[in-house]
Amino acid sequence: MAKEYSYYPGCSSQKGASSSNQLRSTQAICDVLGIKLNEIPDWNCCSASIGYAGGGELPRLALSARNIALSEKHHPNQDVVATCAACWLATRETNDRLTENKELFAETNEALKEAGLVFNGQKKVRHMVEVLIEDIGFEEMGSHVKKPLEGIKIAGYVGCQTNRPFGINGESFENPMYLDKMVETLGADSIPDYDKKVACCGGALMFSEPEKSQALVKEILESAHDSGADMIVTPCPVCQMNTEVYQDAINAKYGTKFNMPSVYYSTLMSVAYGQTAEQAALSGQVIRATKLEEIADK
Amino acid sequence: MKYRNNFLREVEANVEEGEWVKRCMQCGVCAGSCPLGPHWEHPPQEIFMMIRAGKREEVLGSDSMWMCTSCYNCIARCPRELPITHIMHGLAHYATRLGLVSENQQTNKFAQRFWNNLTKKGRVNELKLGLSLYFMNGIPEGIKTSLKMQKVGLGMWKTKRMDPMEILGGHGCKDTSGLQAMLKKASEIEAAKKVKV
Ligand code: SF4
Ligand code: SF4
Repeated sequence: MAKEYSYYPGCSSQKGASSSNQLRSTQAICDVLGIKLNEIPDWNCCSASIGYAGGGELPRLALSARNIALSEKHHPNQDVVATCAACWLATRETNDRLTENKELFAETNEALKEAGLVFNGQKKVRHMVEVLIEDIGFEEMGSHVKKPLEGIKIAGYVGCQTNRPFGINGESFENPMYLDKMVETLGADSIPDYDKKVACCGGALMFSEPEKSQALVKEILESAHDSGADMIVTPCPVCQMNTEVYQDAINAKYGTKFNMPSVYYSTLMSVAYGQTAEQAALSGQVIRATKLEEIADK
Repeated sequence: MKYRNNFLREVEANVEEGEWVKRCMQCGVCAGSCPLGPHWEHPPQEIFMMIRAGKREEVLGSDSMWMCTSCYNCIARCPRELPITHIMHGLAHYATRLGLVSENQQTNKFAQRFWNNLTKKGRVNELKLGLSLYFMNGIPEGIKTSLKMQKVGLGMWKTKRMDPMEILGGHGCKDTSGLQAMLKKASEIEAAKKVKV
């Protein structure tokens, strides 16, 4: 029987949006692993970590509380699961803060009443990676590998918000190992001491402070390149986009020659599971992951 | 009670997680944690000290907290467990409410646009947000940025990660009226609790 979850996809994974390829490849691997993701009906934006200029604390908490309340109503007994780091962080933080703080709980519910909803605090809010590690396990993840990613060296770039302040259970803030373990499970070579593993890509400030943020990305790419990486893998939509799509701009500014694919773990898994390039969403790469394309076409 | 001469108390009452500021022991760990560190005129440690020293205009008019990338390094490391990220966001929000942010603060402009974009339909329209962002510093500047970003846009469009049709409306919640009523209520509750300065 399929394991069912109440799924919060988030704005950037919608059709025609910047991480739609993450959603596609995630759905592909869930089919293999017997995971059923039920989309939370009428979910709204979590306001990420940049809504704060316009939105105060309570309006921002109310946004995530609305999603949890919808999940409680439509998917009782299913954990809330998010694939986006910012979505997960905002939703989990709201869940924690409202259940710990009676005043915020009451105030948020007063606001939610306007939308005809109630937040009870009955849910667990989890990251997709936690579902894979805790509910599926590395052994089972490995058992579905049909085309091991042999000979590919991959820098596991965990980034910030999948790692702090909550992080994946049992992992350290400074050197989480799960992404490297996933890479090894799929038959590729990991770089466990990749020294920019948990460095910041600039996040949303890539839009408002592009030069400063691109300088951060340059270091992340340099370190991956110098460690011999063929590509970068990441769980986070912001990390993925920031490490991939600005390489031209960085090359122009710094005279570097980066052409480093940056992929989601779900794309890696999908290729290793023998799925098509279409299922793995390889067409979503702005910098093509040719080594993965070759394996998928085999 | 008078708040005018006591900035610390004002922050405690009106800034998200402001009541934590007095617990800072000035160890300096957070000051070395910000990815854009060199661009912070006053790192978080210094901001906390300045709040206690009553430097209201310097703190609220500062660019510093707008350099926060929300990386959560500080929270993971602070020995006193201050929610530093939230306090930085809270100060940024409070300064915006009071109209003390300089007109050219880019992150302020972006963050404000992000919020306006998402509250309109309940979900972010990346295309409209992107375009409004390119043009946030005026039309000539906008055309320059658009040209510079053309390649990125083209790449996103070709890989179906950007949809030009979004300009006509695009994604949104069904119950936008309920969502907006909820946000209005939340803002009212919050405003009623703020102390007038
Ligand atoms: S790390 Fe914490 S205690 Fe140390 S200076 Fe920063 S806020 Fe204060
Ligand atoms: S979350 Fe903000 S304040 Fe904290 S270390 Fe990162 S940039 Fe600095």
